[in-house]
Amino acid sequence: MDHVSTIEATKAIVSMDVALPGIIWGWMITLNMWAKSIGTGVILVGAFLLYRHKHEEMPSLRWTMPLISFIALNVFLFFTLIDLHQPLRMIHIFTHPHWTSAITVGAWLASLFLVLVSIMMLTSFFTHFSEFRKDCAVAKAVRSKDGLYEKVFPFTVFLAFPVTMYTAIIMSQSAARELWVPGAELIQMLLAAFMVGSASFILIADKWSDSVKKDLAMVLGFSVSFSFIMYMGEYFFSYKAAEVEATLAYVHAGGEYFASFWAAMVLGYIIPFFITLRMSDNRTMMKFAAVTTFIGLYLVKSTWLEIPQMIPLS
Amino acid sequence: MKLGFLVDLNLCMGCKGCEIACKVENEVPLSSWRLRVKYIDIGSFPDTSRSFTPLRCNHCENAPCERICPVSALHYLDNGIVNIDSERCIGCAGCMMACPYGAIYMDPESNTADKCTYCAHRIEGGLMPACVVACPVEANIFGDVEDETSQISRYIMEHQGDIQVRKPEKHTNPMHYYVGGGNNTLNPQAHERIEGYGLFNNITKLDQIGAPNHSILDRFLDPIFGNHNDHLTNESFIDMPNGNGEHAEDSDDKGGH
Repeated sequence: MDHVSTIEATKAIVSMDVALPGIIWGWMITLNMWAKSIGTGVILVGAFLLYRHKHEEMPSLRWTMPLISFIALNVFLFFTLIDLHQPLRMIHIFTHPHWTSAITVGAWLASLFLVLVSIMMLTSFFTHFSEFRKDCAVAKAVRSKDGLYEKVFPFTVFLAFPVTMYTAIIMSQSAARELWVPGAELIQMLLAAFMVGSASFILIADKWSDSVKKDLAMVLGFSVSFSFIMYMGEYFFSYKAAEVEATLAYVHAGGEYFASFWAAMVLGYIIPFFITLRMSDNRTMMKFAAVTTFIGLYLVKSTWLEIPQMIPLS
Repeated sequence: MKLGFLVDLNLCMGCKGCEIACKVENEVPLSSWRLRVKYIDIGSFPDTSRSFTPLRCNHCENAPCERICPVSALHYLDNGIVNIDSERCIGCAGCMMACPYGAIYMDPESNTADKCTYCAHRIEGGLMPACVVACPVEANIFGDVEDETSQISRYIMEHQGDIQVRKPEKHTNPMHYYVGGGNNTLNPQAHERIEGYGLFNNITKLDQIGAPNHSILDRFLDPIFGNHNDHLTNESFIDMPNGNGEHAEDSDDKGGH
């Protein structure tokens, strides 16, 4: 340890009494939640649209809905995987599941959900693009199973709810972070899915009927306003443990995350709310609102994920 | 049998012997700890005092880390110890998020979660935990809290009214007790954390969770092709950015601890 003895006393290194790590769950988990909201949100909003409107009013919905969901779910699962420090051991969740853990339950549900979305994506894609790989045996086989789409769709919609919300249970199991109140987080996860689900469709709904577009604006408007009200309540008025109170007081006073929280509120909630309220007929402005919703949701997810991790635990 | 710990803070003199014994016994890497002795300065000069609080895993009866672990890497032993199987751990850090005491770390060498196990390997061989053996004033008392004749049970009975646990409001039922503790010693919110005015001038903070300089790609390749950090020793960590305190201010900006 000669190396250590050459260090000046005024620059002593604390090697035994080192402080805790800073942010444990960072941007990868934020991206995970954000992408999952899109993946489940398009299924939930798509189901709502199919319940309210005829297929002819939104001709591309049948194949774009599972395709967007499939891409988003793969982003979600990819970042879930690479956030693990031992990603190759992910298989342990399936070989040694521990069912009291919301991580385990969520991983199983999300995997099943992805299987169902994949079936819908493949059948609808090959049916819609009937000339694509026309003579390929696999494509032919998939096309012949087109009826599967309608069969698995109700189960997919049903499963979209727990897949959307299970992260809130993981947060509630994080006993050290009391900012995350499970009841509020469950609803916030659901509202987030409706926000980005409707925002995703707004970006591709140019050729859809006006009544569908109005519904999309309504879903976006309601979800951002409800979610905004909940965030305000949690941020300013909710019951908090002393440690959370101290951390939020620091944020309130202009500390770290103050700017990102309010930027998220403006971009993700206030701007889309007023656009959907006043300019829902303006396609350009609606697309702008959709984009700011995506950005705002990412920012608020990131902020809300990291604030409780500032609390000193020991 | 339910093994538990009791620390008499009236006896502890802050020698950090337990901390070093733990470090050596369990080969805990630099930048991580299973047991640390927290120093707190109380009062204004000249009326000041310094208190010492050994902090380790509480081996809770209702352990949030055990509940959130998706693969049962964290599990109970028959004697009540919350043990960890590093071969099964997937490194999701859920336990680090769940533990209200900050007692779990991501081992920078194995990239798996780790923590105090009450020296389960020593207990299995009939030995006491290393920190108990090292304590010169017998402030660390260890034993079966369900056995009324054990030293820890008798100590608890003799000091009724002065027995405390950390964060009882979390309902984790810690199996780790303190005698002579107070709000300042047991509540991490009770005191200011003025960086740069402690015993050490540069308090090292972790920017990374797990192995430093360990890329995402390495996480996939290392288990197959071997760990590229194999050549690192504890001394290597001293030369790393986090080891020399150069990035201490960066960490402060993140809110940290």
